[in-house]
Amino acid sequence: MPNRLELTGITKQFPGVLANDHVSFAVKPGEIHALLGENGAGKSTLVKMIYGIMQPDAGEIRWNGEPVVVANPKAARKLGIGMVFQHFSLFEALTVLENIALGMDAKIPSRELESRIREVMETYGLALDPHRTVATLSVGERQRIEIVRALLLNPQLLIMDEPTSVLTPQEVEQLFTVLRKLAAEGCSILYISHKLHEIKALCDTATILRGGKLVDTCDPKQETSRSMAEKMIGAGLKDIVKAEGRTFGPPKLVVNKLSTIKTGHFDVAVDNVSFTVRAGEILGVAGVAGNGQNALLDALSGELIGDDREAITIDGFGIGLMNTTERRRRGLCAVPEERNGHAAVGDFSLSDNSVLTARDRLGMVVLGLINSGAAKTYTGKVIADFAVKALGPASTAGSLSGGNLQKYIMGREILQKPTVLVVSQPTWGVDAGAAAAIHQALVDLAAAGSAIVVISQDLDELRALCDTLAVINMGRLSAARPVKEFSVEEIGLLMGGVHGSMETA
Amino acid sequence: MDLTIAILVTVVGASTPILIAALGELVVERSGVLNLGVEGMMLLGAIAGFVVQFHTGNHYLALLCGAAAGMAASLIFGFLTLSLSANQTATGLALTIFGTGFSALAGASYSARPVALMSPIFPDLATHPVLRVLFGYSFPAYFALFMVFAIWFFLKKTRAGLILRAVGENDLSAHSIGYSVIQVRYFAVMFGGAMAGVAGACFPLTLTPQWAEGMTAGRGWIAVALVVFASWRPFRLLGGAYLFGLVMTMELYAKAGGGPLSAIPSELWAALPYIATIAVLVLISLRRDASTNAPACLGKPFMPSN
Ligand SMILES: Nc1ncnc2c1ncn2[C@@H]1O[C@H](COP(=O)(O)OP(=O)(O)O)[C@@H](O)[C@H]1O
Ligand SMILES: [Mg+2]
Repeated sequence: MPNRLELTGITKQFPGVLANDHVSFAVKPGEIHALLGENGAGKSTLVKMIYGIMQPDAGEIRWNGEPVVVANPKAARKLGIGMVFQHFSLFEALTVLENIALGMDAKIPSRELESRIREVMETYGLALDPHRTVATLSVGERQRIEIVRALLLNPQLLIMDEPTSVLTPQEVEQLFTVLRKLAAEGCSILYISHKLHEIKALCDTATILRGGKLVDTCDPKQETSRSMAEKMIGAGLKDIVKAEGRTFGPPKLVVNKLSTIKTGHFDVAVDNVSFTVRAGEILGVAGVAGNGQNALLDALSGELIGDDREAITIDGFGIGLMNTTERRRRGLCAVPEERNGHAAVGDFSLSDNSVLTARDRLGMVVLGLINSGAAKTYTGKVIADFAVKALGPASTAGSLSGGNLQKYIMGREILQKPTVLVVSQPTWGVDAGAAAAIHQALVDLAAAGSAIVVISQDLDELRALCDTLAVINMGRLSAARPVKEFSVEEIGLLMGGVHGSMETA
Repeated sequence: MDLTIAILVTVVGASTPILIAALGELVVERSGVLNLGVEGMMLLGAIAGFVVQFHTGNHYLALLCGAAAGMAASLIFGFLTLSLSANQTATGLALTIFGTGFSALAGASYSARPVALMSPIFPDLATHPVLRVLFGYSFPAYFALFMVFAIWFFLKKTRAGLILRAVGENDLSAHSIGYSVIQVRYFAVMFGGAMAGVAGACFPLTLTPQWAEGMTAGRGWIAVALVVFASWRPFRLLGGAYLFGLVMTMELYAKAGGGPLSAIPSELWAALPYIATIAVLVLISLRRDASTNAPACLGKPFMPSN
């Protein structure tokens, strides 16, 4: 049987970047094939050429053994190639049905289309109401639209570009069930992700790209996450360097009986939370998403202002009633989970984004006028120190890929040398090499005497990074203890809400 | 009674050009393009329609040529904003200035030369004292009503309409699915230009049977505003256009010294459509769903990443 898809010498040049450099690999029928690589390795570019959104400068694409030119996405769909995009190409103001109809090339009466959609949803266990407006749907539901849309065409190859970066663990599990079922029916899947444990759980083969070049094709089940990460970054993965036997200084951030009020329907409020972080200490907050992490971050950053001045203190000074700007002046910087639109303004230049959070601490505003030279210099330093792939301080935040924006935001806060830094998901969507760099920068910041709170769902990250750990569940925080004293099982139990005697320990 | 009938007939006549122009602009904006050149395209349509009517005496040919003139002007706009990604607001304003100037130049030798108005399409019923409310109009009034329904049907029920809405909602996504954003927008802009041209031609052909400089008198701007008030929905546009027509007719009657209406100075009546414009704008912005109904890509040039 011929290969479903075979690429030979695919090359794509952008101004200044060779995005793909003679990439060759093959995907067999029914195979789940991973495409791995750091941010900017050229994965999205490669699949866009397979789907006909871009044309390769050189190289050949063979489809079921035959050489083809995929002129546009329509031609791709005609061949039997479906794609689910990294950024969903949905129309918010239109209904699910209208969105799917737009993706169909043949004109199908809407009643017939609806019954076919229901059939696909039934077969693969994808629940959706066809008449809902997309604007009202969750991210997971939106992705389901894309998947249904692709499946309606009975594809022989389904391309998924980082499908899980926005999903909850439960949604990821559901997605994998669908993908395995599809593969069993003979549909090939080309799966792009950063998450190596997902690749190991799901994929039969992995092709690794680095700087546009193919570096290896391997069997992920035979590899360790570490060995694949090292192939991606082309060097040994650096372990976090922590001085042994560090001692902590005096308490910097003291949180005492902090509670918030529920703001939205889906929010979980923080309930009577107390903890202390000392100079030089990194406190990890573990927990399943949606257990009050957002409220905790907002309450600490000053986006949610409480009514007790002493509920949060820095160096003994009560900041509970201060807003974000005043808290920043006092030395507390925070990085929310959502990068674009919350931690950064997409349409602003990186330089202007730096002014937004660093203006007071670094004197970027003098007599109400922005010192754009200072902002530019500082942004340039962030870009250089954190290896942000951007043209320069003048690039807009929205033009950066997710991982690069995350590096910029982390760098912007860390280089301000805050007394207290609170971060949520510091390495979300960032590749292994960059994640290691961010971890090291956090450890170095702590070593210089800052107190750090890391809120994350990634247990491996927390165990490697933190000195002490606490678990949040339904808005309540367990007592913080040295991370070494926790077993994985114990953390799991705490995350599931079994507090037991731990709370008083 | 007679006065009421007379007023209603005048209202429909005065509303028709606004409605036609606004319907065109509605389609343009639904595709994500903001063309502020409606007033200019109307004036070009008006002069073209007048000149053709003056020389041939054929009203339908005159309307058609008005449409062609508006469409030609919209093609310039389309080329600048769609092919060259020029700023839509600035280009639209320039188009209005161009249309005003060019029509004045072309019409300089035609001023104060009367032509015949279009006759009603049901001549027998048009003289009936009551039924003329329904049957007393010439072709454009019925054309406008038909287009309200046709555009509603097109946008809501046809695949082409769905694609047009999709392009206005999220141009990058439409592009990535494989629709030609620029092509769809060209069609929309040309349709809008043709409608504005017809609307302009209505002035010398159905309202005042001669050419006068700037004879559309800002109605193109009211059409643009109406699209927003109607939150981009054709049937609301119909109601809005007749409402504005009513207010403008009141002004005419007040000027003519028609009974109780003249208690309010005619200058105030003249200002009323614009005051109403502001009032409606405020009301609309207080209501959430109307403002969120705006096409998400309205006014933004399409810049695909490759
Ligand atoms: N349309 C484009 N124009 C110019 N450069 C691009 C474009 N798309 C991607 N690139 C560049 O090509 C490289 C590969 O990008 P991409 O394929 O998106 O990487 P990945 O998906 O692996 O993160 C990056 O350096 C990126 O900046
Ligand atoms: Mg990508």
